[in-house]
Amino acid sequence: MSVSTSPNFKENVHGALRDESLQRALGRLKTGFRDKRLAAIENLPEFEALRDQARDIKNHTLENLDHYLLTFEENVKANGGHVHWCADAEEARQVVAKICRDTNAKSVLKGKSMISEEIALNDFLEKQDLKVVETDLGEYIIQLRHEPPSHIIAPAIHVHKEEVADSFRETHKGRDPNRSLDEPRELLDEAREVMREHFFAADVGITGANFLIAETGTSVIVTNEGNGDLTQTLSRVHVAIASLEKVVPTLEDASSILRVLARSATGQEMSSYTTFSTGPRREGDLDGPEEYHVILLDNGRSNMLGTEFQDMLRCIRCAACMNHCPVYGAVGGHAYGWVYPGPMGSVLSPSLIGVDEAGHLPNASTFCGKCEEVCPMRIPLPKMMRHWREREFEKHLSPSSFRYGIKTWAFFASKPRLYRAVTGIASKVLAKMAGGKGRIAKLPLAGGWTDMRDFPAPEGKTFKELWAEKQAGKGDVK
Amino acid sequence: MSSASNSTSRDAILGRIRKSLGRTAGDSAPRDVTERLASPKPNAVVPKRAQITHDQQVALFEKMATSVNATVSMVVSDDDIPREVARFLAEHNLPARVKTSPDAAVSGLPWSDTALEVTAGIAGPEDAVSVTPSFAGVAETGSLMLRSGADTPYTLNMLPDTHIVVLKTSDMVGTYEEVWARLREKEGHGNMPRTFLWVTGPSRTGDIEQTMQLGAHGPRRLHIVLVDDKQKTK
Repeated sequence: MSVSTSPNFKENVHGALRDESLQRALGRLKTGFRDKRLAAIENLPEFEALRDQARDIKNHTLENLDHYLLTFEENVKANGGHVHWCADAEEARQVVAKICRDTNAKSVLKGKSMISEEIALNDFLEKQDLKVVETDLGEYIIQLRHEPPSHIIAPAIHVHKEEVADSFRETHKGRDPNRSLDEPRELLDEAREVMREHFFAADVGITGANFLIAETGTSVIVTNEGNGDLTQTLSRVHVAIASLEKVVPTLEDASSILRVLARSATGQEMSSYTTFSTGPRREGDLDGPEEYHVILLDNGRSNMLGTEFQDMLRCIRCAACMNHCPVYGAVGGHAYGWVYPGPMGSVLSPSLIGVDEAGHLPNASTFCGKCEEVCPMRIPLPKMMRHWREREFEKHLSPSSFRYGIKTWAFFASKPRLYRAVTGIASKVLAKMAGGKGRIAKLPLAGGWTDMRDFPAPEGKTFKELWAEKQAGKGDVK
Repeated sequence: MSSASNSTSRDAILGRIRKSLGRTAGDSAPRDVTERLASPKPNAVVPKRAQITHDQQVALFEKMATSVNATVSMVVSDDDIPREVARFLAEHNLPARVKTSPDAAVSGLPWSDTALEVTAGIAGPEDAVSVTPSFAGVAETGSLMLRSGADTPYTLNMLPDTHIVVLKTSDMVGTYEEVWARLREKEGHGNMPRTFLWVTGPSRTGDIEQTMQLGAHGPRRLHIVLVDDKQKTK
């Protein structure tokens, strides 16, 4: 499985907050994703009802996951394809390597797949002497930079065009060293040209899957570039890698969920390409792959069923939660330290790599609730982060200062008179420290907070005092 | 390929799922599962946007397709298609060489009315323009429905810089659900072509600084020739 730096979340965050280049890139989240999403859903009166429906479809599927997976398998086979059930990352990697060996593959093309990141497939295949090329532009850029993705649908969101140009000059040999690569268009044209050569030389094409359709044994990819299509069409062998919960019952069910996917992700009504692939090329077909394989990966998901984390299996990886998350917006994806960043990652990562490893992530939340508000599948992300915090506390994984702090607070909080007295004094002291500015730049024992931002000063009265005044004055107000 | 370890994992995974769901291996599928698979139906919520008259659907399709950077023109008969293709290529200063699908619906058009050099087959690196038929158009989002097959090779949809698609107005529907019903009617339930593709505008990417660029790896231009064949179908 992909190596995580999640235990170093705090150090990662400090680095990210001081990284000016990253901060500039994150500033584009609003116009790039949030504004577009809003415009798209305002254009569709049924959007909220479609969210309910999408949630219900997935819930029904998860409640019958065994039956739908078996039907999917049966229909893939009936169409001449192969299904490989893989319990964990290692098994999935081995199966892909074996498919490559059995088909005498030298080169592997990749469409964008988060599951392939999850199982760290590229490094593994390269060790088997296979040439691996990512074909999605964003993935290609980070492959050249030897970096993991920092966003699940915009993997190179942290990279500036000047940095892309540097990578291209370094990698694309034999071109005029003085060529202009200043504009995104020039970069794209060069990438398109380079990638064409790879497309025509590919043996195995690996894609992810946004959906698996039980009714027909179909895998579906949703893309804008067309790279996934070329990857799976020009290669001799198409391998679709998907986790178990990607299955839906019917073509209609996939269509219903597609109506909320692109709108939530990029704010498009529909992505440029939605591709339904079933089996290998048919008799008489002039193009298309000769073999079709589906990797069905579990990697911890079956253990989430029937638990308080089952709802997470509804996730369709649209990235709306991270696009709207104040924490993601401040630190970016790499700080999270593993494949899935943002709120969905904070819930999913502890399930897949353990709360010991990823316990910091559910704590990286302001509980503003925005993630749940925008989730097209209505996943209660904040609630599930709280479940992880509880587990972390129960396992005594939270730091002793935190546990001591909570205990101290509990001591006062269970003695109302004492609590009122202490908080009353504290808020007056803090208000004095702010000196009328309403904020405090430096606070003893709270450097973790004030290093990066001001502490908002209390207005001189506690909530309880204000409440009491408000209640007393109630009779006067008409 | 089905290795021993693979079948062990299959059993283990299914075992864990069944345990979580409180089921055992022999349990037959509940009726709502078998019915859903045996006779798939549209889900309750389908946007009303495209539940309009056929003429309005054609107009909506044009509006939606144009909004995602496709271009659309209308001709009144099949015989006009080659001239429209030639006009479009000349207007955009594109090569006068075209690769069509082997499907007679496009390869059999009166191409000799034009000066275009036309061949039929799969797309190769040298093909800059393709002309393909379509299975249907969906008004809801201005999406083209393209199916692969012996007469409709898939590479024509993706490799050429310019993709020209012929869509008959009699093949215009409102929603995706109507497309699936048509496909089942034509192919039989559960039968899919190797690839069934929804195309909504030309290829694009926002991967460099979130700046939208057309023509990432697929076509830079998508031109749709609508053929008004309503009169014939009435």
